[in-house]
Amino acid sequence: MDLGPNAVFVWASYGAAAIVIAGLIAWLIADGRSRQRRLDALEARGITRRSAGASRT
Amino acid sequence: MQTLPQRLANPTRFMQLSGALLPWLWIISALLIAWGLYLVVTAPPDYQHGHTVKIMFVHVPAAWISMMAYALVAASSFGLLVFRHPLADVSAKAAAPLGAAFTLLALVTGSLWGKPGWGTYWVWDARLTSVLILFFLYLGLIALRSSLEDESLAGKLTAVLAIIGIIMLPIIKFSVDWWWTLHQPSTGFGSTVHPALRWPLFVMAIALTVLFFTMHMKAMRNEILRRRVKSLMLAAVERSSSRANAQAAE
Repeated sequence: MDLGPNAVFVWASYGAAAIVIAGLIAWLIADGRSRQRRLDALEARGITRRSAGASRT
Repeated sequence: MQTLPQRLANPTRFMQLSGALLPWLWIISALLIAWGLYLVVTAPPDYQHGHTVKIMFVHVPAAWISMMAYALVAASSFGLLVFRHPLADVSAKAAAPLGAAFTLLALVTGSLWGKPGWGTYWVWDARLTSVLILFFLYLGLIALRSSLEDESLAGKLTAVLAIIGIIMLPIIKFSVDWWWTLHQPSTGFGSTVHPALRWPLFVMAIALTVLFFTMHMKAMRNEILRRRVKSLMLAAVERSSSRANAQAAE
């Protein structure tokens, strides 16, 4: 794809967008997994919420 | 009979609903972005900007989302302070880092568009400067919240700052009208943009907006899980200390 003499600015913009969006998604997924693991570990020790049975998703 | 907001106010119900919706939202976001990128690749060059007009397809949606995310933070903050909605603080906290990221993206892509268009990466222009202040406002909200140990107090103080900061939105929006700036007037979908360029812009704006709300929903789930972990850990500490007290009494 020929983007002309200013191609570097176009590629850099989409590169920045890819880094920001991929970074956000990776952070959200890793954070969610970490929280869920800690919650599961606590519940495995018998420490549960009153509504735990209804809230598992 | 509960109203819809009352039904959605329950974090457990939110977790059930969002757990069912999220996989579909990720798929819809991916499909819309793929469609948008196809339209970006096949879009013709602009008669003035040439191929650098393709930067507009990511810059304008990022700028739009940066303001929309702040409106969401402020509306959630209002919901916390006035209606004490249980999910309002979760929503405000979840939206702030996402809004900051999209504001940074708007600034970076704007700067990269500015160099070939204006001959410079940055000028202290009213639009650019007001968006930079919005970015710092997001960072301030995040820093204020994380600097306070008491989460309830942190939520309320952050909410007050978020509501005060909403003044930035009309300043950003009308900065190009109120002051003589290097930045062009706002790019609207009904503006002078040629239809061949307007359609990819519209699809990319929809795609990134759907992606934003998908990420926001995921971030809200993470925050609810974090609060559950914290409350369970407190319960565990209370349980072990009461057990220790009982043993000491024996």
